[in-house]
Order: sequence, then C-alpha cells, then structure tokens
Amino acid sequence: MCRLFAITSSDPLSPMVALRAIDVMKEGHDGSGTGMFMTDLAGDFEKLKTEPILSGTFTNEGVKSLDRFMTECDFLVKHELSIRPNKQPPPGTPKRDYYLIRVYEYPPAWRDLKAAEIQFRLMMMRLQLRRMGEEDGSMMIFSFWPDVIMIKEVGDPMAIADYLGLDRKELQARAMLVQGRQNTNYAINIYACHPFFIQGMATMTNGENTAFVPIREFLMSRGFPGYIGYQSDSETFTHILHYTVNHLALGLPMYKHVITPLMDGELAMHPDGQWLRRLKQTCRPLIIDGPNCVMGCLPDKTLFMVQDSKKLRPGVAGGHPGMYAFSSEMCGLDATIPARDKSRDFQPMKYDTVTVGPERREVEIWNQWDALHHSH
Amino acid sequence: MEPVGCLTPFTLSVKDLPWIILWDKEKCTLCGRCTAVCPVRAIELGVHRKRAINVSVGLTEKPGNLFTVYHGIDQRTDPVHACVGCGMCNLVCPNNCIIPAHNEEIDKLRFHNNVGGVPRRRGGRRNVPGVILDQIKFIRISMLTDPALDAGRHEFELRTLLGRILPPEEMVRVTQENGWTPPVREIYPLVIGSMSFGALSPNMWEGLQMGVAYLNEELGMPVRMCTGEGGCPPRLLRSRFLKYVILQIASGYFGWDEIIHALPEMKEDPCAIEIKYGQGAKPGDGGLLMWYKVNKLIAAIRGVPPGVSLPSPPTHQTKYSIEESVAKMIQSMYMGWGFRVPVYPKISGTSTALAVLNNLTRNPYAGALAIDGEDGGTGAAYNVSMNHMGHPIASNLRDAYLNLVKLGKQNEIPLFAAGGVGKSGNLAANAAALIMLGASGVQTGKYMMQAAAGCLGSESDRCNICNIGICPKGITSQDPRVDRRLDPEKVAERVVEVFLTFDTELKKIVAPLGRSTSLPIGMSDAIGIADHHAAERLSIRYVV
Repeated sequence: MCRLFAITSSDPLSPMVALRAIDVMKEGHDGSGTGMFMTDLAGDFEKLKTEPILSGTFTNEGVKSLDRFMTECDFLVKHELSIRPNKQPPPGTPKRDYYLIRVYEYPPAWRDLKAAEIQFRLMMMRLQLRRMGEEDGSMMIFSFWPDVIMIKEVGDPMAIADYLGLDRKELQARAMLVQGRQNTNYAINIYACHPFFIQGMATMTNGENTAFVPIREFLMSRGFPGYIGYQSDSETFTHILHYTVNHLALGLPMYKHVITPLMDGELAMHPDGQWLRRLKQTCRPLIIDGPNCVMGCLPDKTLFMVQDSKKLRPGVAGGHPGMYAFSSEMCGLDATIPARDKSRDFQPMKYDTVTVGPERREVEIWNQWDALHHSH
Repeated sequence: MEPVGCLTPFTLSVKDLPWIILWDKEKCTLCGRCTAVCPVRAIELGVHRKRAINVSVGLTEKPGNLFTVYHGIDQRTDPVHACVGCGMCNLVCPNNCIIPAHNEEIDKLRFHNNVGGVPRRRGGRRNVPGVILDQIKFIRISMLTDPALDAGRHEFELRTLLGRILPPEEMVRVTQENGWTPPVREIYPLVIGSMSFGALSPNMWEGLQMGVAYLNEELGMPVRMCTGEGGCPPRLLRSRFLKYVILQIASGYFGWDEIIHALPEMKEDPCAIEIKYGQGAKPGDGGLLMWYKVNKLIAAIRGVPPGVSLPSPPTHQTKYSIEESVAKMIQSMYMGWGFRVPVYPKISGTSTALAVLNNLTRNPYAGALAIDGEDGGTGAAYNVSMNHMGHPIASNLRDAYLNLVKLGKQNEIPLFAAGGVGKSGNLAANAAALIMLGASGVQTGKYMMQAAAGCLGSESDRCNICNIGICPKGITSQDPRVDRRLDPEKVAERVVEVFLTFDTELKKIVAPLGRSTSLPIGMSDAIGIADHHAAERLSIRYVV
C-alpha cells in the first residue's frame, strides 16, 4: 500500500523532512519507490520562480539529445542542479547517468505570449521530450514547469535520498508531496510512480481506482494532448483535477463533487442539488471508485486532501500556523510536527475536502453538504 | 398394410412431429382436463378398438377373437394441430399420466407448417439456446490491492441515465447562461422492454404496471417499462403512474391518436418516448399483431377496427431518409411534451448501427440509442425473420460504444442493449456483461414473461404460440377465458421479486470488482472470455 505525506511550510524545508515522515510510516509501505513533488522552491531556485524547470532522469546520450532539442527550441540553460551518483545504487535501483534539474530561460519569441499559451507549450515540450525518451530509453521527464521539481526512483525513500544526496542546502521547498512506493501493482515503470504532474498541479493517491479504464477512455477522448500516460490508474486523479480546474473552470471544491458526487437521494436535499445533479450527470465517467485518499497541490501552492466516497483509506491533517502536513498515518505527522495542538488534527471523512492555502494559516474544511460559494 | 385412405404430402405420423405425447393408460382417469386445456387441440379423446386372440385350452372350443374398446388420448398429426410442447396437459393432469416429449430427431413438420402458402409465424425468440454473454466472466476481483466491497452492507448507486447529456464544458456554459438542457432521467439500468398492450394480455400488462409502481413507490427503485407499439390505456395516460412509462411510437402509430388527445389531461410526463425503427426479433419487419388478438378492447386502444391483422410497415412511411426519420421525428416528439421528455430511437442490431449512431451524435436532441440484438423476443413474427435475421447484440453494442469513445461522446448518448438478456436465465450476469461492454442499461422483455408470469416458451421451440392469442398461461392471449388464468397481483409480486433478485445479483457482481459508486459502464478490464476470437472482437481479455 502507498503511504503519502504532504507538507507546506512558511520556512523552506529540506525534502528530508518529508522523506523521514514516509520512513516513519514504513510499516505501511514496501519501500519500493520514491516519488517527490516540490514547489514554492527556496535555496538556489528562489530567484528563478518564473522560469521553467525541467526534472527527469537521463542517460549520457539523453542529455545530448536534450541539449540539441532545447537549443532548437531556443531555450537556454539558466541554472542546473545535476545529480550524477558515483556510488553503487541501492539494491533494486537501476543505475542512471543523470538526475537533472535544469532551469531554462524562455526564448525571446515567447515573451509576448499569453500565460495560457506558454503553459500549453511547456506541456507540449514535456510530452515531446517524453516521447523522445520512450523511443530509445534515454530520458524520462517528470515535469517542465516554473517553480516545480520532481524526483522519482525505484527504491526505498531513505536509501534513495542517501544515494542521490538529497539532503543538500540548494534543494529546499515550502510545499512538498512525497510518496513511498513504486506502483508494484503493475510492471515497474517510473512513469507509474506518484505524484503525477500536469501544468502546475500534482496529486498522489493511496489506493486503487477501480473505475480506471472508463475514466482513462473519457480523458483520452477529450482531445487534450496532455491526457496521456496512465501507466498507473492514479494518474487519472491528477488529470481529472486538471480537467475540472482548467477546462471546466470549476474550483477545488467541485473536484470532490466530480470524483465522488453525492448520491441521488442526497442531492435532492442539497441547497445546490440541481446544479450538482447536472454536474454529476455530465461528469459521470469521471466518478472514481475504489478506496482512494488523494493528496495534491494546486498551482497556487494550496495543498488538499480528499477521500473516496466510503473513506476506505487513512489520512490526517494537522500542524500549526506556518506549517501544516497531511499524512497517511498519524505517526508521520507526529514525527514531523510534534509540537502542535493534536486536538485540532482532522481526519477527513467521505464528504470532506481539506485544504491549506498558500498563507498556511489554517486547515480549511469543506463539506460536500456545504452550499457552494458561487452557485451556478 | 391396411389402407389408410389417401396419403397427402403433409400426412405425418406422430414420429414426424417435434413433440410426441406420451400417455400412460394405466394412470389415466379419463378426466378430460388435458384435452380441454390443450391450446392447439393436439390431443383428443380417442376410442380405441382392441383385438385379442382368445385361445382356450383343449380342443373343444375353437380359437376366436376378443374385441374390447378402451378410451384414451389420440395425438393429432396435421400441421395445424401439431403439439407445441407447452406441457399444459401435464400441468392439469391429476395423475401425471401425460407429457410431451421432444422428438429425438429433427421433425418433418417444419417442411409442412406453411399451409396455404403462408410461411410459419410464431412468437418467442430465435430457436438457438444460449448467448455469448453467458460465456463472459468477471475476472477483475478486488482483494488486496483494493478491498472488495460488501454487496450486503455497503452503499451502492447503480442507477443510469436516459436522455441526452451535454458534454461537461457545454453543461457548465449552458448552466451559467441559464440555457436549455435536454431532459435526463435517472432510472434503474434494467428496463422492461417494449411489449405492447395487445401483444400482452390485459392481466399481464396490469401486473407489470403494478409491479413497476410498487418498485418505484415502495422500494425507491426507479424501474421503467416501455409500452411497445400498442398505445397506452387511457386511465394510465391520465394517472401519476405515467412517469414510470416509456411510450413507444412505431411505424403503425397505433394508439397515438389516444395519446395525443390525452396530452392536455396528463398529470405527469412520461419517462421518455422510444421511437421504434427496428426490433431484434424481426429486423426489417414491422410490428405484427395478428387478427386473433385484435378484440374490441385492443381495437379501441389502437384506434382500429376489431378482428383485423395489424402488420406495421417496416419503416416509418412518411420518412424516407435517416435525417427525416431521426432528426424530424425526434424533434416532433420533443415538441409534443414541451422539450421536457427525452426521445430516443430503438433499432434492431445491424451492421449499419454505427451509421445510425453517428447520425445521432450530430443530433443534439437524440436522447439515447437502444439496440435490440438478434436474440430479442417477440409476440409475432415470421419464423425465418426470427431465426435468421439480425445481428448479435454483444459486438454491435461494443462497436457502438467504442465508436462513441473515439468521438468522446460515450457519456452523451447512453446506449441501451437488448436481445437475449437473460436468455439462459442469467439476467444479472448478462446485463452486467453488456454494461461493462459499454451499455448504459439493458432492456428485457422475454425474461419478464418467463419469470414474472411463467411463460413456457423456449428456444427448443416449445410453445411459442404468442401470435395467435391462445397463450395457455394467459400472458399473450386476448381471450378472457384464458386471460383469467393469470392473476395480475401475482405477476406484480413476481416483477418485484425479479428486480430485487437482479439488484442483489448485480451488487454481487460489481462489489467484488470494487465498484459501487457508479454503474461500471465500459469497465472492459473487468471482463474476459475463453474464446480468442470473441475476445479480440470485443476488445476484452482472453482468459483460459
């Protein structure tokens, strides 16, 4: 089973904080993989927040291909944090030449483009690089976006952290999602490792989405080039979020209404039942099923957590102003933020969405029974 | 050989018939119930002369003949009176002394049941037992990576949608602009398929309606029933129960005069309007209600004179193209109810189904597409149509669904599948298989007749005389002397039991697959089949 940990802090944190929390929860995961999403970056990346950062793994040939491609696209390297491990990898971890975190400078031709166009182009470049890597196995691309770093690898989180030397001062962030398991339900494939990323947002999931195939078919038939991949059923959660927020222009509370709508009888009693019923009908193929706890991060650095409609997976939110964390298990939270008012810890149930905004002042709780702010 | 008179080409012996009556003289009490109940008068009282040779011991008396007479049963062998195997004789026999047995060899009757040059017509289904749906297994069992759900204790939401559903972006836009959205019904995924008032007896119809009303109002299950092409009784049109009814309009337009006149007095809108363009049991053929069944009541509801056969044309005669048939007719029907009632076409399974479907995708009003496969049942059709015409539902439905997926419209036009659902008694398994192949719901008619009313028909060509109004169970007859055998209350009870059973079995299928919050439409990863070609054709897993 996966274990998830998400943290947001006013003060920059090393990824080791989150990785240790995952390690504390080791009884609940098999340590088969490590996935990490970092945003609101600090350290060396603090001053480069508007420039896109490419995260991925590369062979020596892959780096050359990347350079050629980026040069053709007129992107210049502005900053780089490359990890070239010189130790033996931990057992089960493949040997790779490069783990690359590279900040690029936009080409002059992009200067006058609208934000949406830039975001689309960045995604298309990521997909192009991904395709190039899939052809010859020379690269795997996790993200290409401003203020976002992603690292994924097969192997135990602490062993990977030690192997890659992640405990370094130049690598710090204020918001992080970390997950401690390669998706071993299927063939080992790093692209199946959570968190999943698309255009500034990321999610990770504990549990299996049994409605995976119809959801995948629906997303792939939207005509949006970013909805590909699906080496893991959990990638659909990220893309449903993206679809809800970017395509339907509905906010995060509606995400919960899309993936786990109220039952027909409940909708009859909801103040916005009529609209929610329509939403449920039109988004019927996006209704998830199975046990799922989803944690994610929005482009504005808001962290959130939602549960499936039966609340079949664990998840707790807690902390204090300035630092909040979501954890699959209480021990992860205890180990990371011991000095908090535990009576204010909150375990979201089947109707709840919990969020911590970018100000990190409180854990906000939305219930699906709440009236909507902007009623349609 | 003694002379038997003139032998004609259709002089048959009992051995030439599909059903042979076995009768036990020793047990028979000569009560006469069997001959009275036989719907086709296949048996009659027989007075048999028997000769025995009487040879006394000794030489004084010469051997002589002893003639006796005994009474019993004679099986008639002329094609019109050939036994149909219904077994009613056995049902009424107090001593269990009579039973029809299937002839072990292929009968000769089939070469002769076209007396007067009229090909055989009958009710029932294609005379081939079993459907491929029976072979589909549910293979994705949740255990450890995700826990199986509890069919008995967890909450399930297994409803479906009928009506045109706007794509999400458009739905958001239309809602913000306060625009019109097509009507959509939330219904139970098992629909009682179209069986007309006329095809069914009044008692059967009443029983089904009562069962449906109970399911809705007492058990909260939004079950719907389609009228078929026979119109709708006036009281039902003006009652609150109309909302549980899907009104069908077909090429004969029977009963629509009454329906249109009732419009101003309707308290509720009907659930939907089904436009029938085709039927699985007799593709390319219109509805058929033979004169035997057109009594005064049926004639009044349908708006026709009594005692005449009512063969509907194969197509809607006023419409010559798909654009006319589909676009104009759908919009006309929408207008009839002020755009508040979903309207959808029903077609028979055909290799041209995708052409129809593609047309519907471009019609913003089309509320669904119902496809009726070759195994669908009927009250009356030509035998050749039933046995040889039509397309199996599984691949037709799958193609249609995958086509919608390609267009990104898989949620916009719900597909309803019919034709052989529950043919072997596996109603829930067949329905679940079709849903996972892409159906939003299924329709079943024949199964309801069998389970709710005890229909005796089978794919071994048993009974199947629904067409001539002498259904021995009173299900499809229009003769009050026979209809009264069927108690509508009992039919209603059975309808409720059938749906409760179906509901539990459906949960028993979807719960282990880890599904409960929505109907697993198109969940093709959950099903497999041990037939490589079928697996390939249906794009599902091949499992052995």
